[in-house]
Amino acid sequence: MRKVAIVGAGLTRFVRRALETPKELSYEAAKTALDSCGLRLEDIDCVAHGTAPDAFDGIHQNGEYMVDGCGGWNKPTMRVYVGGATGVHAVVHGWHHVASGLFDLCLVVCEEKMSSAMPHAQGFFLTIFDAITERALQPNLLWIFALEMNRYMQRYGYTKEDMALAAVNNKNNGQLHPSSQFKTEVTVEDILNSETMAYPVSRLDVSPVSDGAAAVVLAAEPVARRITDKPVWIEGVGWTLDTAYWATRDLYYPRYLDRAARMAYEMAGIREPAKQINIAEPYDPFDYKALHHMEGLQLAPRGKTVELLRDGHFARDGNLPMCPSGGLLGVGNPIAAAGTMKVCELFWQLRGEADQRQVPGNPKLGVAQAWGDLMQVSSVVVAGI
Amino acid sequence: MEQKVKVSGGTALTEEMIQSGKVFLTADSLDCAYAWDTGVAISRYLAELKKGKIIGKECRACKRVMIPPRMFCELCFRPSGDWVYLQDSGVVNTYSICYVNWDASRIKEGEKPYLPAVIEIDGAAEGMGIMHLLGEVEPEQIKIGMRVKAVWKPDSERTGSITDIKYFKPLSKEG
Repeated sequence: MRKVAIVGAGLTRFVRRALETPKELSYEAAKTALDSCGLRLEDIDCVAHGTAPDAFDGIHQNGEYMVDGCGGWNKPTMRVYVGGATGVHAVVHGWHHVASGLFDLCLVVCEEKMSSAMPHAQGFFLTIFDAITERALQPNLLWIFALEMNRYMQRYGYTKEDMALAAVNNKNNGQLHPSSQFKTEVTVEDILNSETMAYPVSRLDVSPVSDGAAAVVLAAEPVARRITDKPVWIEGVGWTLDTAYWATRDLYYPRYLDRAARMAYEMAGIREPAKQINIAEPYDPFDYKALHHMEGLQLAPRGKTVELLRDGHFARDGNLPMCPSGGLLGVGNPIAAAGTMKVCELFWQLRGEADQRQVPGNPKLGVAQAWGDLMQVSSVVVAGI
Repeated sequence: MEQKVKVSGGTALTEEMIQSGKVFLTADSLDCAYAWDTGVAISRYLAELKKGKIIGKECRACKRVMIPPRMFCELCFRPSGDWVYLQDSGVVNTYSICYVNWDASRIKEGEKPYLPAVIEIDGAAEGMGIMHLLGEVEPEQIKIGMRVKAVWKPDSERTGSITDIKYFKPLSKEG
């Protein structure tokens, strides 16, 4: 396999409702990523793109519709879709294209426009539950998160306040991100006092509904070195899809992530991830999920994560900053784009270009992760400089 | 200092801009209809629910008694074996108290919240549960680890659906 580097990155602002169409959002992110490394579309050999459920847009085979915004016309172009994990998985997918030796330059573009779905995108998640044995109960998507969160908290004796601390960390980190859809800092009290939606999930435990796009450019080693002095290498990738019988395995531990993380670390030659990784971007659609995923990523001992959080271990200037971007809680959650945003963050942080968000101490190694479906799938990218 | 992080696009619309007609919208709705065949294993599961019974299926290799029943064990990837009747009781693995309907609208003032739970069914392999609802319990009384029992619809109202069980209610200590 060839070494693959990230050489460029671009984002749109994340907003509750965007004027731009999905294609226009994709174009903005893709063009910004190309410009960031001085490339033109004709330099690009292939396109890997991602967008989550077709139902959000009401466009069947949305990937084909999106092709023009992704710069994919008349190129080998392929969409990847693994629910919420799409944004990191599309980068893994692009990595395959280049690592295999088939292509030198791959443009990865992920987009989501959730605001088109009326009255609320959440309603479409009813159809991810088993059509025969679960849907008749009229579940809301929040149910599985609430069930998982409650089990996770109960297993380790964590409190709602513990979980709110993670929301505060991420949301306030996001205040420094130019793409963030939020304007105000939050406190633990704000989180705890927000409306209870599905106990233990309160409104501010959850990331928002967003529109937005993100893109990165991947290059094979010799090409990468010609494009930039500071390539950010993809050191390892991993992914796993667990069984869809989500209620028949215990939800307190994200088994779907354990294996994906170990796969990526093995490829990267990382033996002690908690000591070696300098920046973590765990997938955080809910506050508890950031902590849950830190455990699955082997970056915190099971049941001790809150202790580390309280000790400042995961702060921007801590030993292992968690979601220095702000994550989905702090920047926004346009589903597929949110995962790619995390990979963009590793790119900027590792190059020392994260402006006010810069993690001190010249970080060398970072991990980004996204999760999706019925507590099932995880994709992991380890990047280093 | 020039910002190194490049951001472009993502023009925020406000409700006011939409209401005042400053931006154009086009709308459509889809009415999709489906009829799902319930399959080999779940057909039997539903037929048994109609009779007021919960049935699982055992894997010959790993000996897991699986619920919902399946024609193959996804772990061993072999055909499953005997049908096994389970009890209509179990243990709450986790639960929620939900004030939101499936479409994200809020329940009405005075309406009772949904009480979804994962219930590990007695007689199934350890930890194997199903998603269902709790009832005849005050939300604040619910505990993880609580023993519960199915409350069935009357015979005449059962249709061969997971909703033939209305909900699970707490079992008294002696139950």
